Amino acid sequence: MIASPAVAPTLTSADVERIAALAHLELTAEEKALFTRQLADILAYAEQVQAVDTSGVPATAHVLAERTEREDELQPSLPREEALANAPDPAPEAGLFRVPRVIT
Amino acid sequence: MLDASARAIRDEIARGRATAVNVCRTFLDRIEAVNPSLNAFTLVAADRALARAADIDRRRAAGEPLGPLAGVPVAVKDNLCVRGVRTTASSRMLERFVPPYHATVVERLEAAGAVIVGKTNCDEFAMGSSNENSAFGPVRNPWATDRTPGGSSGGSAAAVAARCVPMALGSDTGGSIRQPAAFCGVVGLKPTYGRVSRYGLLAFASSLDQIGPIARNAADAALALAVLAGTDPADATSSRQPVPDFPSALSGDVTGLRLGVPRAVVSEGVDADVRRAFEAALDTLRRAGVALVDVELPHAKYAVPVYYLVATAEASSNLARYDGVRFGYRARAETEHDVKQMYSRTRDEGFGPEVKRRIMLGTYVLSAGYYDAYYLKAQQVRTLLRSDYQQAFESVDVVAMPTSPIPPFRLGEKTADPLQMYLADVFTVSANLAGLPAISIPCGFVERSEQPERSERLERLPVGLQLTGRMFDESTLLRMADAYERLTDWTRQAPSGPGVI
Repeated sequence: MIASPAVAPTLTSADVERIAALAHLELTAEEKALFTRQLADILAYAEQVQAVDTSGVPATAHVLAERTEREDELQPSLPREEALANAPDPAPEAGLFRVPRVIT
Repeated sequence: MLDASARAIRDEIARGRATAVNVCRTFLDRIEAVNPSLNAFTLVAADRALARAADIDRRRAAGEPLGPLAGVPVAVKDNLCVRGVRTTASSRMLERFVPPYHATVVERLEAAGAVIVGKTNCDEFAMGSSNENSAFGPVRNPWATDRTPGGSSGGSAAAVAARCVPMALGSDTGGSIRQPAAFCGVVGLKPTYGRVSRYGLLAFASSLDQIGPIARNAADAALALAVLAGTDPADATSSRQPVPDFPSALSGDVTGLRLGVPRAVVSEGVDADVRRAFEAALDTLRRAGVALVDVELPHAKYAVPVYYLVATAEASSNLARYDGVRFGYRARAETEHDVKQMYSRTRDEGFGPEVKRRIMLGTYVLSAGYYDAYYLKAQQVRTLLRSDYQQAFESVDVVAMPTSPIPPFRLGEKTADPLQMYLADVFTVSANLAGLPAISIPCGFVERSEQPERSERLERLPVGLQLTGRMFDESTLLRMADAYERLTDWTRQAPSGPGVI
């Protein structure tokens, strides 16, 4: 929808609400107002990367050149009770993490 | 004792001239005395440390072999997991998190005989350059307690500077070891990406994060790196490159080494006093036989925007795991049937403002319609920045810059404007983007008035010199840092401000 490299010139409060929903953040009204302004500033500053000619330049996702495959072998893993020990609502007798009802 | 190097402490214990328990007590007392004014520690594990120290003494008495850090008190940044010891990343989200496993670096430290005395305060999830983003309050700079120690490993740097420990671990995603080391007048080393296992480090930006040592001199940093470095099956990005004997690289001889100075990069926006200290350091190295060479890093001016696009994108993905289900904080939803509201409230209440800001920015740059223009573009400029360094390293061995363009600033000075805070990372983020090793070493002091309008008293604030090297060539950085130390006395100076002594 938005053609590169032209980028939305301003960030609206609706954008911030959309991003917050994507990021699973329930922001307060003050946070929404603050982030709208601050993120717009930061994005305006970051806009300068558009000036760089990157035609034909590959992207760097990470800097390592080494291959890191290994054999897919069974290894010991965390015992269930230790895995549950930090859960906010564990069900140790069932060996499960309890969450609010998902299907209503 | 408090001023002794890690190496000296280890040798005294090995020779039976000191016991690990007494060493441990001495440093624990020091922590108790100065931490209330510095807030460098989020947790002091005194009993655990004393038990470990007693074990070192028992081993020595039994004639068992002692490791290279036997009995050396070490502090660990609170984003590194220590089994059974609360690890919070200075976040409310992990206020009660007790890791069921050790980070590999913790495993290695303890196998080498180090005694972990506590966890150090940091910016929440290592996001920040002033340590003011901690849920447990800011750390104060031991040289001037109204100022920031830098961040995000501010607690580790302040603890080392204030003689609470001879050595500490930090993590560095965009300067988080080097900038606080510079602000606190100590040595901080970010190793090459892949040199040290990241297993057990609470992830911020996985293509940039590295763990490294903060110490008071290059020799101790070399000693620590020798313990920390090496491949680890638990971290697929840890490198299988051979680990050299770092301490033996410190020959004191730098004759013929070529040091690149990116004049265009350091010509703008650098505080005049910081620049003077930087130029004087270059001159000292030149007189020691180092050849100064002008180098170009044409894309370095884009490093900050590229960094904040890449790092926040990775952070937004990494921090998706904090959902109130398996560990960490959980908020209550209005009804018991709303799992989505539980997620979003948990994340709003559990994360602080800077973490939320970065998750928002990262989510935005990865979102449909913006991915190519921001995230992909930033990754392409990252490639060009790497090429700049590759080209520079064809004619030089090391590149020099100030670690920070400004001296330690006042607490609160930059909190209202995140962009201004980000701009202070201008010299450190490149090494992470390019994966290169970089070290910050003390190179002088600047003087600033304590309170411009109200006081005549001058504060003496440390300045750091940053040296960046080729991939996996920490040895040359450590050699140059050590040679510079031998010619100056910056690393032998200690803060003496109120609240420290």
